[in-house]
Amino acid sequence: MSLKMPAPDAGVIARKADIVRALRSIVPGEGVIADPASLSAYESDGLTAYRQPPLVVVLPETTAQVAAILRWCRDHGVKVVPRGAGTSLSGGALPLADAVLLGMARFNRVLEVDYDNRIAVVQPGVTNLGVTHAVEKDGFYYAPDPSSQIACTVGGIVAENSGGVHCLKYGLTTNNVLGVEAVTMDGEIIRLGGRHPEPAGLDLLGVLVGSEGLLAVVTEVTVRILPRPQTARAMLLGFPSVESAGQCVADVIAGGIIPAGMEMMDAPATRAAEAFVNVGYPLDAEAILIVELDGPAEECDYLIDEVSRIARHNGANSERISASEEERLALWAGRKAAFPAVGRLAPDYYCMDGTIPRRRLPEVLRRISELSAEYGLPVANVFHAGDGNLHPLILFDANEPGQLERAEEFGADILRLCVEVGGVLTGEHGVGVEKRDLMPEMFSETDLAHQQRLKCAFDPELLLNPGKMFPTLHRCAELGRVHVHRGRVPFPDLPRF
Amino acid sequence: MTSPEVIRPADVDALCEAVRCAGADQQVLEIRGGGSRQAFGAPRADVTVLSMAEFNGVEDYDPPELVITVGAGTPLRDVEELLAAEGQMLAFEPFDPAPVYGGPAGGATIGGMVAAATAGSRRLVSGSVRDHFLGFEAVSGRGERFVAGGRVVKNVTGYDLSKLMAGSWGQLAALTRVTLKVLPRPRELVSLRVAALSPEEAVSLSGGMLRACTSVAAAAYVPAGGKAGESSLVLRLEGFAPSVRASVETLQSLLPAGRAAETLDAVQADRFWSDLRVLAALDSALPLWRFCAPPSAAPSLARELAGLGADWLWDWAGGLVWAVTDVPAESVRETAQRAGGHATLVRAPEAVRRVTPAFHPQPDPVARLEERVRRSFDPLGVFECGRFRQAFHED
Repeated sequence: MSLKMPAPDAGVIARKADIVRALRSIVPGEGVIADPASLSAYESDGLTAYRQPPLVVVLPETTAQVAAILRWCRDHGVKVVPRGAGTSLSGGALPLADAVLLGMARFNRVLEVDYDNRIAVVQPGVTNLGVTHAVEKDGFYYAPDPSSQIACTVGGIVAENSGGVHCLKYGLTTNNVLGVEAVTMDGEIIRLGGRHPEPAGLDLLGVLVGSEGLLAVVTEVTVRILPRPQTARAMLLGFPSVESAGQCVADVIAGGIIPAGMEMMDAPATRAAEAFVNVGYPLDAEAILIVELDGPAEECDYLIDEVSRIARHNGANSERISASEEERLALWAGRKAAFPAVGRLAPDYYCMDGTIPRRRLPEVLRRISELSAEYGLPVANVFHAGDGNLHPLILFDANEPGQLERAEEFGADILRLCVEVGGVLTGEHGVGVEKRDLMPEMFSETDLAHQQRLKCAFDPELLLNPGKMFPTLHRCAELGRVHVHRGRVPFPDLPRF
Repeated sequence: MTSPEVIRPADVDALCEAVRCAGADQQVLEIRGGGSRQAFGAPRADVTVLSMAEFNGVEDYDPPELVITVGAGTPLRDVEELLAAEGQMLAFEPFDPAPVYGGPAGGATIGGMVAAATAGSRRLVSGSVRDHFLGFEAVSGRGERFVAGGRVVKNVTGYDLSKLMAGSWGQLAALTRVTLKVLPRPRELVSLRVAALSPEEAVSLSGGMLRACTSVAAAAYVPAGGKAGESSLVLRLEGFAPSVRASVETLQSLLPAGRAAETLDAVQADRFWSDLRVLAALDSALPLWRFCAPPSAAPSLARELAGLGADWLWDWAGGLVWAVTDVPAESVRETAQRAGGHATLVRAPEAVRRVTPAFHPQPDPVARLEERVRRSFDPLGVFECGRFRQAFHED
């Protein structure tokens, strides 16, 4: 483990019995877990290289309990790590040895579906797919579809601002959440947004979404639901080079078409996926594109013809178009199974998540392959081509001494490359602990200080999910100081937030 | 009132220095883009205007990336013309407020548009400024330059401060450069009018069109009475020709018995939507309120407003209601709250604005949190904010 978490507070650990007792008085019965064997079930999230059992797990059922837990922890200086289903790929829910793990799994009810306003009100422990299940009988669905959607919770996707293959057309979580009830670290229950799209005042909801559990604990979420498109059809296109596939993507978008999804896989990823699912991916292609069009049947037919023409113009040497729902799912099967398929090529893989301007793709893939040779670790690339979100999968063997560290270094170099070409460190997986120490690649000290002061406005003692997102923990008093200008700042000694 | 002093920094360094000096001198700065919203909010005394006019120009625009980066002082009209030349647009249909205040359209800047975050009719399906605002450079009340977000369409690196800046009305920082997501212009636009629907029927038909997954992009309703005569629900369908055709058929199938949908010709459609943009149906001499509430509440909200003697119309399939009335603000805001929404005072005589907060007051814990957030960016209170709500300066 190469990342350092804040040193645990031995004083807090020594008070474990008191803390457990206090939590039991708030959440009676089975809701407090303190024995080491049960705690180990919570020791990691989707970033499995990092493990740390929490001090204690508490599973509240009501907003009032969440408020009481947070207030008690604030009053007693105890850190809190919120957790949904624990599927974060960036370690956002990684426990701390001296922190209470606040599991939201019991908040698992769909509270209300309001078709007139096209919204659903759900508790944060409902799974992403659970929202769709609640409304699909009436022809609706919840659009963001991260690959963990069977398991990941609404609270988790709010924290991470999750995307998915369809976010090119339908947006990320932030574009599909209208309101939340949340509890701040001081136990205050707040409501942000509502059942309509324009909240009053500052857009605190907008900043709470994607805050990785550092600002508040969400206890209720109002999401937008969409009518399921009448038709969805997928195209599988093979290209002789990454450049021609990339140009095809650019031309489709420049032509005014925003597909529901547009995914690229390079040759290693394509071969691995085909070997795994056998759906007829072209093995001679240097890159394949899966393009999904949805909407009225007439529109799908029309756009498929247009995309097909653009693909041929860019030298596509194979094309398949789904004629049935089974075939559409078959064309997607390889892409959806790309991670486990690549995972069969080596004992372990490490999934990266940078975003780049799409025009830089050929250059970025070339340099990734140079890095791959340099580090001696193979890589396969899966790419949300429409929005420039690149998922290189680095293959390694964690049992070989030094390989995990080498994979992490390789991954960090890929992310530095993404930033260098005008992109960002993470498109949808979050910063968490994984990319925390790379934040200075993208942001200056001053940039980060402006973000951290926002944290101070919500949680001045830095008790909620500490050690995530920011490479350096600054005390709020230190961040709040105003630099004296020409010696005339009024009350220069007062910390200000 | 004498005209305020204007400072016009030439670059980011000069802007940082100006803000720091203002902080040291306890001077209050009012950030000014095109000045088209000066009549919004309480009258201000003793402010220095911080003009962003020098931050003008397109920095990066590559149409297939669907992203544009421009200086915050760039006229909105310049950006829209540039995008239109490439067949693209700002999908949220920026709302130019100047005509509502009796001024000429076209003076707004892109920074002012982001800061006020008011979207037009297409917001119904395309989202608002916040949904298309990807990243920025700004100078905070500390006189420090900082950046957040990025220049790509998919990014979760760090807090999403772009959301916070959109609609912050310059209370946190002076934006100097903004990156926005753009989208292709629809190839086909058709506006259809359905006359003489009741408010309930209008909400239900608009909702039916949204639910049927059609190409509906905007849905506005002007009630019966006044110049217009019968009520009008106008639906704008946008997209590829086959989808628009299919949507017209869907509309026919959803119409209440005995009603017809009339396709507006280009001139009629243009007149309807440009009248809507300037709220031509509402008396420009009266105070103007903007209500955001759940669309299903629009008919009852409208009825209550009519009961107060207000004239009204709605956009966003009922989610945005505009009304003119001179009844006291408390009654207006109670009405908004009963509908599950909030009301912003957009236009009123000075005497009214002096005593009526422009923004709907927030419940206490949220108001306190907002104030802490504001101070985290502007601890000395350099940027003017008394304009928007009751001052929160005691502490």
